[in-house]
Parts: sequence; C-alpha cells; structure tokens
Amino acid sequence: MIVTPQTQHFAEPLPLKSGALLPAYALVYETYGTLNADKSNAVLICHALNASHHVAGWHADANGQPLSRSEGWWHNMIGPGKPVDTDRYFVIGVNNLGSCFGSTGPTHTNPATGQPWGADFPVVTVEDWVNAQARLLDVLGIQTLAAVMGGSLGGMQTLSWTLQYPDRVRHAIVVASAPNLTAENIAFNEVARRAIVTDPDFHGGHYLREGTLPRRGLRIARMIGHITYLSDDVMNAKFGRSLRASDAEDPAALAELAYRYTTQGVEFQIESYLRYQGDKFSEYFDANTYLLITRALDYFDPAREWDGDLSAALARARAKFLLISFTTDWRFSPARSRELVKALLENRRDVSYAEIDAPHGHDAFLLDDPRYHQAVRAYFDQTVSKGGTA
Amino acid sequence: MSEKTVMDSIARLVPPGSRVLDLGCGDGALLAYLQATRGCSGYGVEIDDAKVLACVKRGVNVLQLNLEGGLTMFGDDAFDVVLQIDTLQHLRNAQTMLRETARVGRIGIVAFPNFAHWPNRMAVLQGHMPVTKRLPYQWYDTPNIRVGTYRDFEVLARRNGLTIEDSFGLHEGREIRSLPNLLASTAVFRFSS
Repeated sequence: MIVTPQTQHFAEPLPLKSGALLPAYALVYETYGTLNADKSNAVLICHALNASHHVAGWHADANGQPLSRSEGWWHNMIGPGKPVDTDRYFVIGVNNLGSCFGSTGPTHTNPATGQPWGADFPVVTVEDWVNAQARLLDVLGIQTLAAVMGGSLGGMQTLSWTLQYPDRVRHAIVVASAPNLTAENIAFNEVARRAIVTDPDFHGGHYLREGTLPRRGLRIARMIGHITYLSDDVMNAKFGRSLRASDAEDPAALAELAYRYTTQGVEFQIESYLRYQGDKFSEYFDANTYLLITRALDYFDPAREWDGDLSAALARARAKFLLISFTTDWRFSPARSRELVKALLENRRDVSYAEIDAPHGHDAFLLDDPRYHQAVRAYFDQTVSKGGTA
Repeated sequence: MSEKTVMDSIARLVPPGSRVLDLGCGDGALLAYLQATRGCSGYGVEIDDAKVLACVKRGVNVLQLNLEGGLTMFGDDAFDVVLQIDTLQHLRNAQTMLRETARVGRIGIVAFPNFAHWPNRMAVLQGHMPVTKRLPYQWYDTPNIRVGTYRDFEVLARRNGLTIEDSFGLHEGREIRSLPNLLASTAVFRFSS
C-alpha cells in the first residue's frame, strides 16, 4: 500500500484555547482505503508525541517502489486485512499543528516576521488539534466519523473528540491513555523541557535564526522519555547489566569483560542504547515541537472546567467506547484508564475495557500483542461496522 | 450453565428492560440473551483474556477487571440487576462480594453449585470429595474455593440482611422447587437488600 501525503491549506485563522489566533496554516495528512458513498466509513487516527500523519502503508521512491523502512508508525494495526481494515474503512492520519513533520509548526516561517516561528509559535492544546482536525474533515466532506482512535496523547485527542464534537463520533478507541497527566508525569516532561531549554544552542527557542540546533537537550529529553515508555522487566530482559560489547564479540570474551572504571565512557549496554536513541531522535525532531507537544500533554484535563468531576466532564459524550490499557504501563497506567471507564459508566455510555497483561510498558500500544490486536479487530468487526447513532 | 433452559430460568428473574451488571460474565452469552430477549442493557465483568475477546466478538459491553479488587468502580444502586452466575464460588472475598452485589444492584441474582446435592453427599460418605458433571474438578485443582450449599447461602444472606425474593434449584436444565438442597446441582437465589 503506497501512500502519498497531501496538504490542505486553511486561509481562515484558527482561534486557539490560549486566546491566541493561528493565522493561515496547513495540515499534512494521509488517507488509506476508500470513502464509501454515504461517507460513513471514515476513521480518524490521532498521533502521539513523536509520530505523524504517516500512520500506515509505505512511501514510494522515485520509481514508485516502496521505500524500505518507510512503513507508517501504526502499520501493524492499520492496513488491508489489519485490525483496522483499510479494505473496509477510510482511514485518515493528520499531522498536528506545532509538529515538525509537515503541518504548520515552529520550523515554518512566521508570516509576521519572515523568520522561523521558533519559540513564538503559539501554544497549542489537544482541543486546538481536534478543532483543526475537524476543519480538515469539513473539507473532506465527512460529517460523522465511524471511529476516532489513538494511543497515549492520541487517546487524549480521541477522548476530546467525543466531548468537543459529540455528534460527529460514533465510536472512540482510546488506548494507553489517561484523563490527564499525574504530577509525576508532568515532572518527567519538565525534566525533558529543562534539558532542551538549558542547552546553550537553544537560544531562547530561536536556534534556527542562529543556525544551530539544541541537539544535546533533545538527546537527553529523548533518553528520559524512552526510559518511561519501557518497563523495568523489559529493560532488564533486553539489556540487564550487560556491558557494551563493541570490542568483544564471542561470549567467552564478553563474560570476561571488565569494568573500565570510567565515569564518562559508555560502560553498560543500556547506556549505549539510550545514547543511540537520543542521537537518532535529535537528528530529525524539532526542539520547539518537543516543548509544545509535552505542554499539550500537561494541559489536557477535560475535568478541570468541572471542578475535577470527570463524570460531569464526560456527560457530553455520545460515542461508544473501547478502552485498552497495558498492565506494565506506568506512564499511562491501567488505573488511569479505569478512571475513564468509571466516568463513562456513570454516564451510562456503552464501553468495553481490555486490560492487556503485556510486559512492554507504555510502548506496548505500538506493538502487535495478539490479545490487543484481536480486541481491536473484534470491536471494529462487531461494533463499529454496525454503525449506530452519534 | 449456558444451556438455553438454564439461561431461561435465570432470565425470567430479570425484569424486562433492566440495566444489568453480569459479574464473571464468561463469553457474554447470558448478557447477549438478556439484551435480545428482554430488552436489557448493561455490562459484563470478566478477567480472562479469551472470554473478554468472546464478549467483544458478541458485541456486548465487557470490562476486564479482577473481582477480587471489589466493585469500587460501580456506584450504589447503579444497576437494576447484578448477576453472579457461577462466580461467587471462585472468589476469596465471597462474603464481601455478596454485600457489594447488594450495594451496586437493586436486585442480586446468584447461582452456584450446590454442594449438598445428594450425589455429592454420597461421595463424601464414601470418603471422597465429589467429582460430578457439575463439579468436575479434583479437590486439589478445583477453582471452586468457596464450596457451599443451598441452605448455607440462606444463612449467609440472612446474616447480611438480604431479603430472598425467590430461590430454587436447577438440575439438568429443570427448575427444582421441592427439596432443592438435596435434589439440585445448582442453587439460584434472587435477593434484594
């Protein structure tokens, strides 16, 4: 399945939750499958922190052949014959505002100054993203979505869809998500942000004007994030206390590998892995985007306007829900999903909840655990396909 | 416990249009049956992955929760009917769960294997724990950790201030209303608090 990103320009400014106004902007998106005649089979996929509109399929090289390693970030879930079957559903992936993967963001030119937006890009929220996505659906002529689906921050957008546009969502699939972030979770985000803004190359967020990139800060931000997306068990199974083996390949030599008694060298495998992940990330991700998206995570809290009463906040929802969490996910723990289930029960919404006993921590939502994928497939086959009222 | 006659006997205890919570709902067959035949709505609670999937495949609402964690997710009188069909005997906190069932539902319906059914008594008289169609496990590997009798439940219900509105035995798909403690392999109680 070869796919080509498309761009939709919007001339009408977007009012943001902060009170600011985003002038003319563009959204980059991809679609998979075919929209049916009555436009009732559209499924919107919302992305999380470091992902994009490229949800499924492959991008093509100059000869029209699939580019190796170009598969979409949720290609194990979405595609022909997959749990979210693009032979039946018209699936839409949208890159969010503030991103660095095509939609208007801080690396683009601020029309007011002719310079890159940088730190002046307005703070965007989950609600703003949903409003922007809704405008794209208007352009595509889609009034009602058969389903909205997302994991983590994408799950927050999914939930927000059911509250902001209750009559436009028939089903909501919320994976490894939460009704808001806990203090510990905000704390991790803050450490990541401090790593970025204290990088001497950050220049108050206007590093592009200075011709630099705050790579050191981004690397550390990514390392911290990566630790929190895994579980202790998985990290121990994958790396344990193994030492870096670059200069010793055979097991016998490995076992005799001695500590080198350095404080700054890479000694353990886990160090090597985290540095590699950090290096890779800092080459393609934008630092201001990282700040913006982690802030959007921090701010999301639909119960806030209801004195913390999540049940009252969710009273507007009309969709049917499928919630999924993973037992070893400590960043978006099952307890947070159960809070959502409880609030939905109090509102007498149709809801199913699967708590998957997977070892992979938060990352599990991107992996292809069969229990997880079978539940999503069954829900689409049995419930989403039956339509229902929105 | 999923034969149609048994489902019928239990379904008759559920007022039409009820909002139902089915604790230990298995593959969701009873909930689907109540929805189809009595216009009920509601949720099943199940811990087993395969059964949760079976429920999703049937299109019934299912919540994957461990009942040993209690029913804190559910408010007082949140449901018209709370079902515990072949569930109570698997729970360590059986008495707490009975009270919780009464708190969450206006009506509680419980069904469990009756240990005082006469073949079970015979087995014990002969010096062995019973192994029957209804209680097919050996004593050392049974998931039924709270074995009780029809009469025991009457005592437990009274002690917890529950009003038994209807009760009967079930055996081979038939309702047993005479000498159920002796003649029925399954005990069924409908109660309110």
